Amino acid sequence: MNITPHLPALQVVVPILSAPIVLLLRPKGMAWAMTTVTSLMAFCIAIAIVSGVQQGQVFNYLMGSWSAPYGIELSIDSFSAIILLVVTGASALVLIGARRSIDAQIESHRQPFFYAAWLLVLSGLAGIVVTGDAFNIFVFMEISSLASYVLIAGGPDRRALPAVFKYLIMGTIGATFYLIGIGLIYIMTGTLNLADMEVRIHEVADQSPVLLAAGFITIGLALKAAVFPLHLWLPNAYTYAPHVVTAFLAACATKVALYVLIRFDFFVFQQNLSGHDLQFSYFMIPLALLAALVASSMALFERNLKCLLAYSSVAQIGYIVLGASLVTVAGLTASIVHIFNHALAKGALFLAVACLAIRLSSTQLTDIAGVARRMPWTMAAFVLAGLSLIGVPGTAGFISKWYLITAVLAKGAWGIALVFIIVISSLLAVVYIWKVIEQAYFREPQQANGAVREAPLELLAVTWVAVLANIYFGFYPAIPVSLSSAAAELLLGQMPQ
Amino acid sequence: MIIVFAVFLLTLLVLTAVAVVRTENLFVAVMLMAIFSLLMATNFFILDAADVALTEAAVGAGVTTVIFLGALALTAEQEKPIVSGRWLPLAVVSVTVLVIIYASFDQPRLGDPGAPAHQHVAPWYLEKTAEFIDIPNIVTAVLASYRGYDTLGEVFVVFAACIGVLFLLSVPPVKPQKSKSSDNSSGLRHHLIPQVVGRLLVPFIFLFGLYVQFHGEYGPGGGFQAGAIIATGIILYALLEGEAAALNAIPKSVLMAMVCGGAMLYGMVGVAGMILGGNFLDYSVLHSDPVIGQQMGIILIEAGVGITVCGALLSIFHAFAERD
Repeated sequence: MNITPHLPALQVVVPILSAPIVLLLRPKGMAWAMTTVTSLMAFCIAIAIVSGVQQGQVFNYLMGSWSAPYGIELSIDSFSAIILLVVTGASALVLIGARRSIDAQIESHRQPFFYAAWLLVLSGLAGIVVTGDAFNIFVFMEISSLASYVLIAGGPDRRALPAVFKYLIMGTIGATFYLIGIGLIYIMTGTLNLADMEVRIHEVADQSPVLLAAGFITIGLALKAAVFPLHLWLPNAYTYAPHVVTAFLAACATKVALYVLIRFDFFVFQQNLSGHDLQFSYFMIPLALLAALVASSMALFERNLKCLLAYSSVAQIGYIVLGASLVTVAGLTASIVHIFNHALAKGALFLAVACLAIRLSSTQLTDIAGVARRMPWTMAAFVLAGLSLIGVPGTAGFISKWYLITAVLAKGAWGIALVFIIVISSLLAVVYIWKVIEQAYFREPQQANGAVREAPLELLAVTWVAVLANIYFGFYPAIPVSLSSAAAELLLGQMPQ
Repeated sequence: MIIVFAVFLLTLLVLTAVAVVRTENLFVAVMLMAIFSLLMATNFFILDAADVALTEAAVGAGVTTVIFLGALALTAEQEKPIVSGRWLPLAVVSVTVLVIIYASFDQPRLGDPGAPAHQHVAPWYLEKTAEFIDIPNIVTAVLASYRGYDTLGEVFVVFAACIGVLFLLSVPPVKPQKSKSSDNSSGLRHHLIPQVVGRLLVPFIFLFGLYVQFHGEYGPGGGFQAGAIIATGIILYALLEGEAAALNAIPKSVLMAMVCGGAMLYGMVGVAGMILGGNFLDYSVLHSDPVIGQQMGIILIEAGVGITVCGALLSIFHAFAERD
């Protein structure tokens, strides 16, 4: 059996079918081991897909051998490939280092459920990315959302429960809106296959159900992606989740919703709905800018490290949306590169926080006073990842900021005002990262922290892998940039210019 | 005539929904939710979606109500007074409703044979099913074969919900348990009428569940409905004889094996398709005759669905029941 043509299906099938097995693994450590191995396999599949895509290979897969649009088709292009890399990479990396952090936060008899849910999140997110079918996206969105509610609620902090309830309600509204949109499109076109929809929607593009569907789908996915001002569920959910879960979800969960938002909008709506590009820009650009400014300012006043970084995520989602809402190749490239780079930076930051939390049992800013003396490697990792988040040259974050600013400047006079706002928001990022650094390096350590040691080796190691990836992709951005620009060309490819 | 009935039902549906929101007694809300589900099931039936109607009746009106009551036993019966205003949610809901109504003006008339939904993929399904799969119920063909990957996803949604509930409820309760377990474990043993009627009903519920399971290719039904119906039968047994008796009959380890095994069975049928040279979930390669292969595949995956759904609903029920 030649395995290459089956790669798109295996990307989902391998993790999803491992979930029930993991659930039955009772011996201590086995569930973790199997989850990690599965996740690594998923990462290898993603790498194989990426290298295939870079050689110009097209991945289309007919589920059950039924031809589209009658059956479900999986289709992978460079846009899906880069997101797959982020999702599976984040999962594998975090899991390798996660064991002791999870042992500390979740009782051992509950761990099989936890790891099964982790695999479901992974396969749900991967399933959303590989599919070419609008309803199939919804099904896998349900899997990943349900399982991520479970992961977030898993920690010892009881405040996670109200946070996750809020996320559940908001997430369900978002998914329902998406479903209403799909239903309306189905009424008007009779198809669920995205490629088929793209063609068939053209005749009915001016009818009110289709316009409404565009609205419902955009708002529903924006809610899932925590686009400002629909981000209210995110800070608490990230803050009270188990630390490694935050690292995993912050790196990829909202990104996948953004992926669907961008893909749906550019493939189905932009080229068929008249004036949609302008409406999209005028609607999204203000929201993106507000996200960058307001959320960054909120981060300044946060006293909890995880909450601070969560608000920073909302701001960074603003950048991603900003790039996409320019509706240019340069803007989309910036947006997609930033999805990749922000996942690297934020993943590394939250991993560093997990390192701190495992030793300090707290993520309050006041509790990390002077901790750099005790945990120099962890804090050094935090500083470097923070620099990447800010966008300092030599880090991955700089690459995406650079692309974003170039794209914005191409818009002329408006662009200069936009650049101004991006710079202000980046300066705010400098301030809130500095707040953490000041606490950790220049404050007197607390008495209680006397016995604090450096974080466990494997967790520290994966943190540093993430940090080094930030630096590596800062100097050699060829892989993400080539994938992103190919994706942007593809997304805008059929636009009437 | 059917239109009048549909409008009547929809009006009742709206009234019930408003009543659910307005009532402050949670027990009343749960009962109204059951009525809501029943009305919804009737609506689905009028719209000729008998499969969905069965599921809604069994899950929405049956199992969900019992699980809600189980959850209610763990908390208070009265809703807490609402502090913040309801104006913003009300405004959002009103705007959403208005735009949906606005969009409905341009939609094709309900049941219009010329509507795009009936013109594109549906004729192909109607025409080709006899040739490829050869079963009379085309809904089953679509669910289990043409879009079998979605159904696999839905099975994993059920799976995720089940492990979510078990995971969250496996935390030991905060408060010390009240010592009322003695009258809890005996169920309705001392109530003669429910006891007699219930005992009569249980075997017929099982029989009906099995019928729905194995008749799915010919009439409305299939794994989801059958799993839910059999689960209601067992839950009824648990209510009559006490939870311990039900756990004695089907222990938790068996339930867990059902939840995992059903999902694995479904997945493995898909993998078998891959190994035998087809794509994932391609049942045609399971047998030398592709049509028989399709039918075998459908029977196997429907069994997987039924086992997982039944196991998941029962696990969730026990997770709630054992906490009070």
